[in-house]
Amino acid sequence: MTTAPAPREITTLPRRSDRIFRRVVTAGGLSSLAILSLITFFLGYRGFEIFRQEGFHFITSAEWSISTDDAGNVVDSHFGLAAMLVGTIICAAIAVVIALPIAVSTALFLNFYSPQWLKKFMVAVVDMMAAFPSILFGIWGFLVLMPSAEYWAKLINHHLGFIPVFKLAPYVVTRSPFIAGVVLAIMIIPIITSVSREVFSQTPLDRIQAAYALGATRWGMIKAVVLPYGRSGVIGGAMLGLGRAMGETVAVFTVLNIVFQVNWHILLGAGGNVASLIILKFGDASPYEIKALMAAGLVLFILTLAVNAIADLIVKKTGKSGR
Amino acid sequence: MTPALSDVASAPRIPGLRAMGTGLEARGIHAWFGNHLALENISLDFAPGTVTALIGPSGCGKSTFIRTLNRMHEFIPSAAMAGEVLLDGKDVYAPGTDVTKIRLQIGMVFQKPNPFPSMTIGENVLSGLKLAQLKVENKDDLLEECLERAGLWKEVKDRLDAHGGSLSGGQQQRLCIARALAVKPQVLLMDEPCSALDPGSTLRIEETIRHLSETMTIVIVTHNMQQAARVSDHTAFFLSDGGPGHMVEFAPTNEIFSRPKDKRTEDYVTGRFG
Amino acid sequence: MTTVKPIKPWVASTSDRLRDGAIFLAALLASFALVEFTELKGKLAYFVTFFLILTIANGLNGFLRYGWASAKDGALKTLVGFGALLTVMPIASILATVISKGYKGLKFNLFTQDMSLATPTDPLTNGGILHAITGTLTLVFLALVMSVPLGILTALYLTEIRGRFAKPIKFLVQAMSGVPSIVAGLFILSAVLYPITKGYSGFMGALALTILMIPTVARTSEEVLNLIPQDLREAGTALGGTQWRTVAMIVLPAARSGLITAMILGVARIAGETAPLLLLTGGGDKVNPNPFHDPMGSLPYYIWKSFNAGSEEAITRAWAGLLVLVIIILILFTAARFLSTRKVSR
Repeated sequence: MTTAPAPREITTLPRRSDRIFRRVVTAGGLSSLAILSLITFFLGYRGFEIFRQEGFHFITSAEWSISTDDAGNVVDSHFGLAAMLVGTIICAAIAVVIALPIAVSTALFLNFYSPQWLKKFMVAVVDMMAAFPSILFGIWGFLVLMPSAEYWAKLINHHLGFIPVFKLAPYVVTRSPFIAGVVLAIMIIPIITSVSREVFSQTPLDRIQAAYALGATRWGMIKAVVLPYGRSGVIGGAMLGLGRAMGETVAVFTVLNIVFQVNWHILLGAGGNVASLIILKFGDASPYEIKALMAAGLVLFILTLAVNAIADLIVKKTGKSGR
Repeated sequence: MTPALSDVASAPRIPGLRAMGTGLEARGIHAWFGNHLALENISLDFAPGTVTALIGPSGCGKSTFIRTLNRMHEFIPSAAMAGEVLLDGKDVYAPGTDVTKIRLQIGMVFQKPNPFPSMTIGENVLSGLKLAQLKVENKDDLLEECLERAGLWKEVKDRLDAHGGSLSGGQQQRLCIARALAVKPQVLLMDEPCSALDPGSTLRIEETIRHLSETMTIVIVTHNMQQAARVSDHTAFFLSDGGPGHMVEFAPTNEIFSRPKDKRTEDYVTGRFG
Repeated sequence: MTTVKPIKPWVASTSDRLRDGAIFLAALLASFALVEFTELKGKLAYFVTFFLILTIANGLNGFLRYGWASAKDGALKTLVGFGALLTVMPIASILATVISKGYKGLKFNLFTQDMSLATPTDPLTNGGILHAITGTLTLVFLALVMSVPLGILTALYLTEIRGRFAKPIKFLVQAMSGVPSIVAGLFILSAVLYPITKGYSGFMGALALTILMIPTVARTSEEVLNLIPQDLREAGTALGGTQWRTVAMIVLPAARSGLITAMILGVARIAGETAPLLLLTGGGDKVNPNPFHDPMGSLPYYIWKSFNAGSEEAITRAWAGLLVLVIIILILFTAARFLSTRKVSR
């Protein structure tokens, strides 16, 4: 018995120009890592004092107040994000709940029902909608959508008011989390639609044909083949939409009434939103309060990062398992 | 091997067989893709209880032809056709026909095994019933019967809850046959069912086909002439010499292989081209 | 030769179409009747009743013709169609509103004057958005100059070097595309504006926009570079070219129009970005040619300021600004689509 020879190591010494090229490209490639770490570092550094002062209360308390003496020194301060965090999650969740069925229907329509000319046109329109600036959604939402949405809110309260989340006391429907959720839903429909459309269009043709050959109707085929195949991709797309909805600033700020009190009643005109809080308080914030805003920004950053990471993992899983 | 086949075309091969309708007839089938005429004037009778093999070189329109039979041709956006396909004397292309019922009566097995991966073996077999919203009395009996007829029951009876993808290629193809059988079709179309399989699996599928032909009409497209000779009662030879595909010869299988009437058929079956 | 005419028996026949049309009309009439004769009121009532009746009618039609499976198919088809309609409705409403309200503010002086001698509540004949347009152009240009090299280098790392960080970097780029714009603004505020420049300027805004633009450029470029056939690269190296020369002389030129698409999509992504500019640029009312000093106006800031001023003139100004912004984005988008139809030029 002879032992197998050890594999020879193949080494190439790239030329100097290539070594420089590789270094430059690698450095450029690492820019995203650098930027993300710098964001974490600087927001953490500025917000450190607040984290130390408030500790866990920064997340759990809903109070946000600062009082200064005549010389501008901080006398007393309480910074708590609870209401804002709950509000952010509620608004984003409402948005996904509304947007998901609409976006999935649209993706199915485009892939399996629509005539070719309409499909081309609608894909262009939906992609374009994804590029619309958020301030446009905000102002349109405030001036055009809000009157209708308030009416819808009243209807929901009238018919479903016995469910606790739809309760209205006091009876104020203006600038509620529900309205912000509707605006956010309209903003994330294009994202979820294009992710779903992409996954659905990858459904293996032989499975589609197999279903039809067994006497399936179009809907039967979709239910048996397309939806199981695209499920995790759609969930990933919804998570991407959720991440986008949680980080949205201007559009929410224009249609949401910010109140420092945890509110679970989605139709009531009192909500919270971390990003909007920053815009709201930034204008006349003292340097100390700015630090608190930086800390809030860090919390928001980590929250969206986590949601996006999960979304990414789910979408990748679809691609890999090749189901 | 193949029994004498002098005049099986008009009657069930085994007398006393249970009712299988009056069979399937294609009358003057033409098929187009856009402006391209792919198939010209095919008329064929498929008698109940027979196996008909369609042979011919690639691109001669065999697959296109069987896809016109169960109306799968129309999924290609630019497709068009002419002619009639009669099932029990009724045109499957007649206006107002429920196309899903046609596909229930004319089942199909594809080249590549394509079980539904999100379903278990058992669910796969019964998926056709679910898709067409059909009710059956006893699902377990039907499941066993279909798997038995497809020659798969012994291998999978202990793991009906496993996923279809866990089977080997040959087993998957027999699972697809079982799936097609569950909706009780009169006709089974097979589009090169063995071309993706190893020789052992191929033999088992051929056994299954012989077995099934006792109770149903089978049309099989194949590139493998030995296979056509082994399993079929009748053989049709398709050819496309530059123009649209057309049928050169249709005869009992032993005639096609022993004394073909057409020179081109002879060249093809003896392996001189194609 | 054949004289047989091709037919498509599977395409809906005239009688099928007539039946579908009749069902549609009947549903429409029924919804009108319901709103007329019951307590239901308003646009929403028309919409909802019409939708419900049409779904049920199509389901029933399927049931009567072919049975239960077909009933589901008919009903679900209607549902899916309504989903698509719901997606398009807000877009139509947004575009219609922007155009109908914005065009009133499109006066000639809008493009020749800035707001330094006008307040948002002044009549529309006074003041304009010159400072905002020049500001947005400056911001976008600076962000483009900074983000395109970084974005393309990232894409090159992922497609050409494929080093051991390729997977994590791909993940990070994805994560970066989800960074809320306000966080990018806060970051520049904390890392550059407070410790270094200590004053609002256009450049600060451009830095934040750069962070938001890099992922769009990197991801689109990566897709484009992946489309370049591998044999082109091998051909380059086989000819004795170094990797650097192969990339510079073969790969990048081949992907040129795709890379331009990536840039345009990046610009479209940031052109209307508002939140970081509110934190960083100070939003001046005067044309300011120096992005490194003094506040700089921009279209989103102008729109924001006018909208918050609240008077009728100010709101019209905001809509006019939005119209200009939307037109810019539409032009960019059309250009990107036009170019992307020929992503890889050989």
